[in-house]
Amino acid sequence: MSGRKLSAELFFYLGLMLVCAPFLKLHTAWLPAVFLVVWGLKWFGDFSGRNEGIGRLREKVVGFFRQRSTPLVLLLLAVAVVVPFGASTYLLDVLTSALLYAILASALNITVGFTGVLVLGFIGFYAIGAYTTGILTTKFALCGFWLALPASGVVALLFGLLLGIPTLRLKGDYLAIVTLGFGEIVKIFCNNLDALTGGPNGILGIKRPSLGFATLDSPQAFYWFCLAVLAMVVLIIARIADSRYGRAWIAVRENEMAAGALGIDVFKKHLLSFSLSAFFGGIAGALFAAKQGFISPDSFTFYESVLVLCMVVLGGIGNLAGSLVGAGLLIVLPEFLREFALYRMLIFGALMVAFMIFRPHGLVGSRTIALEAEDHADGAP
Amino acid sequence: MAPRDLLVTEGLSVEFGGVRALAGVDIAVHEGEILAVIGPNGAGKTTFFNAITGTCAPAGGRVFFDGRNITGKKSHEIARLGLARSFQNLKPFAEMTVTENILIGRESHLASNLLDAVLRTPRFRADEAANHRKARELVAFVGLDKRRNTLARDLTYGEQKMLEIARALALEPRILLLDEPVAGMNATETGFVMELVRKVQAQGITVVLIEHDMRMVMGISERIYVLDHGELIACGDPEAIRSNSRVIEAYLGGGKLAHHH
Repeated sequence: MSGRKLSAELFFYLGLMLVCAPFLKLHTAWLPAVFLVVWGLKWFGDFSGRNEGIGRLREKVVGFFRQRSTPLVLLLLAVAVVVPFGASTYLLDVLTSALLYAILASALNITVGFTGVLVLGFIGFYAIGAYTTGILTTKFALCGFWLALPASGVVALLFGLLLGIPTLRLKGDYLAIVTLGFGEIVKIFCNNLDALTGGPNGILGIKRPSLGFATLDSPQAFYWFCLAVLAMVVLIIARIADSRYGRAWIAVRENEMAAGALGIDVFKKHLLSFSLSAFFGGIAGALFAAKQGFISPDSFTFYESVLVLCMVVLGGIGNLAGSLVGAGLLIVLPEFLREFALYRMLIFGALMVAFMIFRPHGLVGSRTIALEAEDHADGAP
Repeated sequence: MAPRDLLVTEGLSVEFGGVRALAGVDIAVHEGEILAVIGPNGAGKTTFFNAITGTCAPAGGRVFFDGRNITGKKSHEIARLGLARSFQNLKPFAEMTVTENILIGRESHLASNLLDAVLRTPRFRADEAANHRKARELVAFVGLDKRRNTLARDLTYGEQKMLEIARALALEPRILLLDEPVAGMNATETGFVMELVRKVQAQGITVVLIEHDMRMVMGISERIYVLDHGELIACGDPEAIRSNSRVIEAYLGGGKLAHHH
């Protein structure tokens, strides 16, 4: 990097700092550190891109994990299973939230990652799932959680079809705006449909599910339950992704015209991915309702939609493992950075911009790197 | 015995905002032949392909495939009937491997459904295995054996073109439309593609070719249609086309045609 370019960049960051400073008041002191870290990452990224040694090391590391992915997944699952034994109730609550968001992020990754459709109001499906469970379990006494859980998914899926059939022919930005509107409409409906949703007061007294011999009342039990659902959801999505459906989704994302010429019904593939996303979003919503015991429209803001989208982008678009990492990071990290709570949106924004510039494929990356590693393992050029 | 017509267009017209890109074109493609559609740039050749395959809607006229009216059908429906095509400018799915690209072409031959995929039923396994086998055959057929797991975007230009042909063949089409398959290729590569097209024909697949490379056009086509300004100006075997005065005129004095004598 030439000296002139370097100083120009430093000026850019300094200017950015000055612009941001008044808004940050107390935390101004942190700013230089943040920018230094960002700049340092960029410098390292440039350096490692050019440096063969680091490139080889990266390949080796990726290859190592790639070849041992099954034991690695089992190890992570084992850790996730034993965590509740040592965790405080508070930490367990945070981790359970992380599990719910991991389901949401995995679900959203189907549309955003595989078919490449930007959805800005995804939380609407989460809300529909939560309210379906809330209404079914509190207003219809006979209907227990086990009926409400699949019902939540199905109702969300139906709304997905309802929204998708007329709108999925739209392209890119237009569709994003439609889904943004959808998220807001759901929230407004929940706020005003007093008879059904309890309006701004929400729904109280949603019971935790019972297994017959034991209710999932304790935080540990509910955490395990959510973990099991997440594992199921991830398994299902991974299997669909690794089949003709996943392949067709990626083809549609890459080039709709070419996909059509090869006999793929582009609209149908869009509709399938969209409604599957909605279904799993609804399932996550049902779990949320059971976890909180209380739901109100305030839980389903645009901010939540953005948060889930951030998880997908941060972890790696079209990469399921990435969505899990993204959800873990964006739920657990803020808990350790409580004092920054006010500036979360600002920090997320900066993080997203930084990621788009430095790591457009996300933290874990798209499949590309993994495939390269596979090729090297095969001994192909 | 008179040749059977596999693909027929009657008065096929396409308009783009008042501009006539295709003006009443009548073409009949005989089953089993290699047919070329040539013409100067902007003559409407690609538009002709697009109108046949449902990529753009015709303003008038009809298209028959195997006696069946396919005018106005969606492109995926037409593809499923057995009409495959390659594109002039479109590259393969860049973020997918060679094998995956070809598997996309197998879409209409797959039997497994969503539940099969989730439960990994025997039907799913059999389906995947059969189609991977088919994909391997096609990869070998176009000479990309060593690049099976390579992402399409890492292939050379020539390899990408070959992949596109393999992907279209994966449909097991009855007719293959190739839009400038050797554009930008050197003589060796062109020779390879010519050989490939002959092998495709030998499998009983009819081939329609848009091409500027006259060595290829004159070398392998049995009949040639010539388009100019959206109109059909000539039709015949390579010898007749080479000496057709209207064709020579359309090609600015015939420099391009004479060049490859």
